[in-house]
Amino acid sequence: MSFVRFLAGRLVKAVIVVLAIAALNFVLVRLAPGDPASVLAGEAGATDPKFVDELRARFGLDKPVWEQLLIYLGQVVRLDLGFSYRNQVPVIALIGERLPATLLLMTSGFLFSLVAGVGLGVLAARARFLERGRFLDSVVMTIALVFYATPLFWLALMLVILFSVQLNWLPAFGMESVGANLTGVSRAVDIARHLVLPTLALGFFFMAVYVRLTRAAMLEVMNQDYVRTALAKGLSPREVLRKHVLRNALLPIVTFAGVQLGQMAGGAVLVETVFAWPGVGRLMFDALLQRDYQLLLGVFLITSGTVVVFNLLTDIVYLFVDPRIRVEGRAR
Amino acid sequence: MTSFWRRFSRNAGAVIGLAVLAVVILVALFASLMFSTSPWQMVGPPLLLPFEEQGFALGTDMLGRDIAAGLAHGARVSLLVGVVSTGCAVVIGVAFGTLAGYFGGAVEHALMSVTEFFQTIPQLAMAVVLVAIFTPTLESIVIAIALVSWPPVARLVRAEVLSLREREFVEAAIVLGRPTRAIIFGEILPNAISPVIVAASLIVATAILTEAALSFLGLGDRNMMSWGFMVGAARTMLREAPWLTVLPGLAILVTVLAVNLVGEGLNDALNPRLKERGD
Repeated sequence: MSFVRFLAGRLVKAVIVVLAIAALNFVLVRLAPGDPASVLAGEAGATDPKFVDELRARFGLDKPVWEQLLIYLGQVVRLDLGFSYRNQVPVIALIGERLPATLLLMTSGFLFSLVAGVGLGVLAARARFLERGRFLDSVVMTIALVFYATPLFWLALMLVILFSVQLNWLPAFGMESVGANLTGVSRAVDIARHLVLPTLALGFFFMAVYVRLTRAAMLEVMNQDYVRTALAKGLSPREVLRKHVLRNALLPIVTFAGVQLGQMAGGAVLVETVFAWPGVGRLMFDALLQRDYQLLLGVFLITSGTVVVFNLLTDIVYLFVDPRIRVEGRAR
Repeated sequence: MTSFWRRFSRNAGAVIGLAVLAVVILVALFASLMFSTSPWQMVGPPLLLPFEEQGFALGTDMLGRDIAAGLAHGARVSLLVGVVSTGCAVVIGVAFGTLAGYFGGAVEHALMSVTEFFQTIPQLAMAVVLVAIFTPTLESIVIAIALVSWPPVARLVRAEVLSLREREFVEAAIVLGRPTRAIIFGEILPNAISPVIVAASLIVATAILTEAALSFLGLGDRNMMSWGFMVGAARTMLREAPWLTVLPGLAILVTVLAVNLVGEGLNDALNPRLKERGD
């Protein structure tokens, strides 16, 4: 029962958060310098009086502010995010078209950072625990330290210089070879080849976070009494590491996985911009260039909404990783 | 103070980080003395290689602008934005965290909901939207970065205040009838300051990265040269002149790394009991 209540509570919260983000959008446009209609219309649209009038009517800009907010929220609920003047397409259609590419990039970046980061973190902690290979520990930690300080967009460019310009191993731009008209397996291979560099660029920073997090969590668990007991009882250190340490160190990792998605969505804007990856992040950059603020706000809303949905999923994963929550019916 | 320095200097990385950071700060302070002409000015032939010609130690970009001058002036923006926006974030975070932790109940619930809300929103995307809508100026960049950086401080301070509130010296102050303001500023906050300093050092590093990302995307203050802008501008010359991209990026990397190392040293020095956690 508490399980269902927990989920329902989270769901309601998620809906409130999305509406609050929409309200934030509304407030931002009201606070921006200039007339809200011309702000939303953007550089190109603002010169077309018909379009600006249309926006005025659409948002009821002659009505009181709270009524405008309700009108806006009503449109958001119906997934009506306005019209991109420059592209002559509804904003939601543009975003929908781009969303799969971003989800693909973020999924592969997420998996890469998680696997590589937790793997290296375990390696480092293990080296300390088994009382040998302190050198390995410091090598891993140095790698993590450097990637933790590397600007994402610059790392992306360095990967292009190395793997595309110098070695000519991997493509540097786009998601598919232009004009190749591939199908089936060869198309999948082509996309995978295009995916490698953006995945690395997006993933290395978060890999570094996972390394530090995993190692720190494991070292903390290693100091617990039950680990000492298990060792004193005569269990082999390897077994203790696997059964006692790693399992208990998992929780902070899952917690960060939820936080990570928000940061990663920002990183995707940079990576997609560098690699001309046809996703939502690149769309945000294009909206910036074209000063198409209706599109910009739409992308912001959908990106944040996606993060909220994934946070909800993280909470559900939490239920399975930490049995205590299932009993108490709440997280944290 | 001496014991602080002793613990700090036991961490070799932290000392190196501090030295590097000191150099960056000096360069930022004396940028206009070392390079009196504007870094935007075209001063030489375009695309000089580093060390190719006297007077242009790091070469010139595609418009003949001095790279060394750009890097020196860029240090200013990075440090300025990093420190000021972190300062603002700490003020907001400490205010939220203290009020939530000390008063509890509905106040705590409301404040922490707001905190959680801001933590959920993709930080960089929000900073991009804020700066774009309020037009890119140094102020709007600082405000945007501060607005996306404060939630961790609020959570940290709340947790500290919650545990300090239960301590005897705070209870004693309450029993003695000292005003709430005096208890918060006199008893609680001074004891919560160390973890906040450590967290702030990490926020400075993130803020520098965020500023670089914003100016890379073309959302920098156009009156000031910045490292992110230099990387973004040189992007089209990746094939012909890779060093134009490599150098400013290295400057960001080295500075952020130095700040992080100093942060770790501060952690060792201020939270000695937590040292083993390595977090």
